[in-house]
Amino acid sequence: MKPILEIQGISKRFRINHETQPYLSLRESLSGWMRRSPAVSEDFWALRDISFDVQRGESVGVIGKNGAGKSTLLKILSRITPPTRGRILVRGRVASLLEVGTGFHPELTGRENVYLNGSMLGMRKQEIDRQFDAIVAFAGTEKFLDTPLKHYSSGMQLRLAFAVAAFLEPEILIIDEVLAVGDAEFQRKCLGKMEDVTRSGRTILFVSHNMSAITRMCSRALWIDQGKLAYSGPSEETVRHYLGSSATDATDPAGFIVMPESHQGPVQRIELLCDGNVTGTLYMGCQMEVRVYFQSKEPLDSPILGLIVKDSQQSPLIGVNNKHYSGAMTEKSLRAGYLSARIPRLPLFEGQYSLDVHFGNGFHDLEVLRDCIRFAVEPAAFTSSGLLPDKEINRVFIDNVTWSAHPTDIPS
Amino acid sequence: MESQREYFLEIKPKNSFGLNLDELIEHRELFYFFTWRDIKVKYKQTMLGFLWAVLQPLLLTALFTLLLGRNLNIPSEGIDYPVFAFSGLMLWLIFSSGITNAGQSMITQAAVIRKIYFPRLIIPLSSILVSLFDFLMSLVVFIPLLIYYQPEVELMRALWCWPSGVLLTILATLGPGCLLAALNVKFRDFRYVIPFLVQVLLFVTPVIYPVSMIGQRWIQEIMALNPMYAAVAVFRLPFAATEPDATLLIISLVSNVIFLVAGIAYFRKVESFFADLA
Repeated sequence: MKPILEIQGISKRFRINHETQPYLSLRESLSGWMRRSPAVSEDFWALRDISFDVQRGESVGVIGKNGAGKSTLLKILSRITPPTRGRILVRGRVASLLEVGTGFHPELTGRENVYLNGSMLGMRKQEIDRQFDAIVAFAGTEKFLDTPLKHYSSGMQLRLAFAVAAFLEPEILIIDEVLAVGDAEFQRKCLGKMEDVTRSGRTILFVSHNMSAITRMCSRALWIDQGKLAYSGPSEETVRHYLGSSATDATDPAGFIVMPESHQGPVQRIELLCDGNVTGTLYMGCQMEVRVYFQSKEPLDSPILGLIVKDSQQSPLIGVNNKHYSGAMTEKSLRAGYLSARIPRLPLFEGQYSLDVHFGNGFHDLEVLRDCIRFAVEPAAFTSSGLLPDKEINRVFIDNVTWSAHPTDIPS
Repeated sequence: MESQREYFLEIKPKNSFGLNLDELIEHRELFYFFTWRDIKVKYKQTMLGFLWAVLQPLLLTALFTLLLGRNLNIPSEGIDYPVFAFSGLMLWLIFSSGITNAGQSMITQAAVIRKIYFPRLIIPLSSILVSLFDFLMSLVVFIPLLIYYQPEVELMRALWCWPSGVLLTILATLGPGCLLAALNVKFRDFRYVIPFLVQVLLFVTPVIYPVSMIGQRWIQEIMALNPMYAAVAVFRLPFAATEPDATLLIISLVSNVIFLVAGIAYFRKVESFFADLA
């Protein structure tokens, strides 16, 4: 039997116009044409000569750092953008989920959005009719079906969005990071649903930074690094190679990263500071600051910054988000600037860590950067007693426990 | 159950030209949902709701009747001026709101374009269908208007002229609409060009005055390049006292076809890169 997907020598080039937005203004284009001088642009190859086959019923994971070209690959497979070179042979109906809730309209009711979104994702109306009750039950939003979506909590919107996607029945399903959303319980539910999908014999292509999800769900995985296929094999092996490679350049010692030119989101640069100095090596108990520089087309009224610190096994340790703290970050809306999060005493132990950054506008995430910066924490006698807690049983240290002893009788 | 015929697709560097009608037909439901959504959203949270679709041509007719019909005594091809103006404005509003919305549509739908594939033509097309819906609403006023002013309506002619007039309007909107939609993605200047264009065009289209008012023949011929000329003229045919000029009609029809082909061809040419630009 022929493979359901044959990817043959796919390359994708982006033209980067310096100093300007990706779109042009008529004046620039006209004047460039009159002078017959080439516009200031540079080529950037997001993908170079990627080839692989996917067999019917196989689930294949795709891993790699941010900006490695994973998303571009999925976009080409979903026909959202054409490849510059190469071709792909597709032998089945494809549905792709590059984001959940795309096209949801806040003014429409839950019911209306299910139909609209389902239809956009390629479901027939009949199919939606048939699955409607199951979709709504999965999302758990039965009571609010005729309420406009804008009155839903963001969690409810998300559940409804994933539920629609979960009931797609294409032969090939392409998924990008949708599991990274929602609370832990909902994530488990999503993962469970996806495992069902895998078992039902459908072909899945799954991009994620969640290594355990990749090894559990995918028989095979591809590692894409700087636009090239760096490794392809059984998923455990690929994950091992990937994590091994990132261990060698585990830290970004400079303590900052600059987004590549091809990058489309608002985040421009991320800095890590330890006691006010930019560095990739922090020490226990120091004042850690994360600065996220951004530039956005629309002014941001209530920026949201979420940070997740993960250990070298990719387990999340700390998640902080300014929406859990009272007070706005800024009084006026900003188009450009930086958001800062300062943790007065870094409660991490010695080791290697990486950081996920969620950047949003109070309504949804504008950009999510996973493992965008890696850093090391060095030991330091930061506790008030000077003694270090046992790092075998502690993953983070709680700073302000009040200890005291009181003489009293045992209450009966 | 789905038919088990072998599905095959090749993704290549550049999509081929052509309308890709098969694909459009396959996505007909999405068409419907997009149009339905736009209509719904448009009138949600408005107090008067669908009434707006009627009020717009009605108020404009009242305004032009007072201004042009009464005070300037603009001739109106032997029809009472309000009927003349309303019939023209009904179609004009399909065109003007159609090209405005279609022209903006690819930008407002950018988030979807970047994440989901479907034939992109659906977006400008469905935003034009929304304007058609408004037109159907305004018919509710047009019929009483006809009954009140009682122009002589040749019913047999109306049966084919009215649908053809509307169809010509949609085609006349489609070409420039797709062209502007594609240009707007590439050059954001068109965001400012479109409203200006729509305003200017109203005054150079024989909607609120008859083309016979223009003295010089060559100016008439240039004005007929506007594809809306033929659409309005055909629509008014059943109750106009004077026959429209055949040469001008043909000029306008040819211009309509050229815009249509050019608009869709250009749209198809750049559509595969919308996701990178939008």
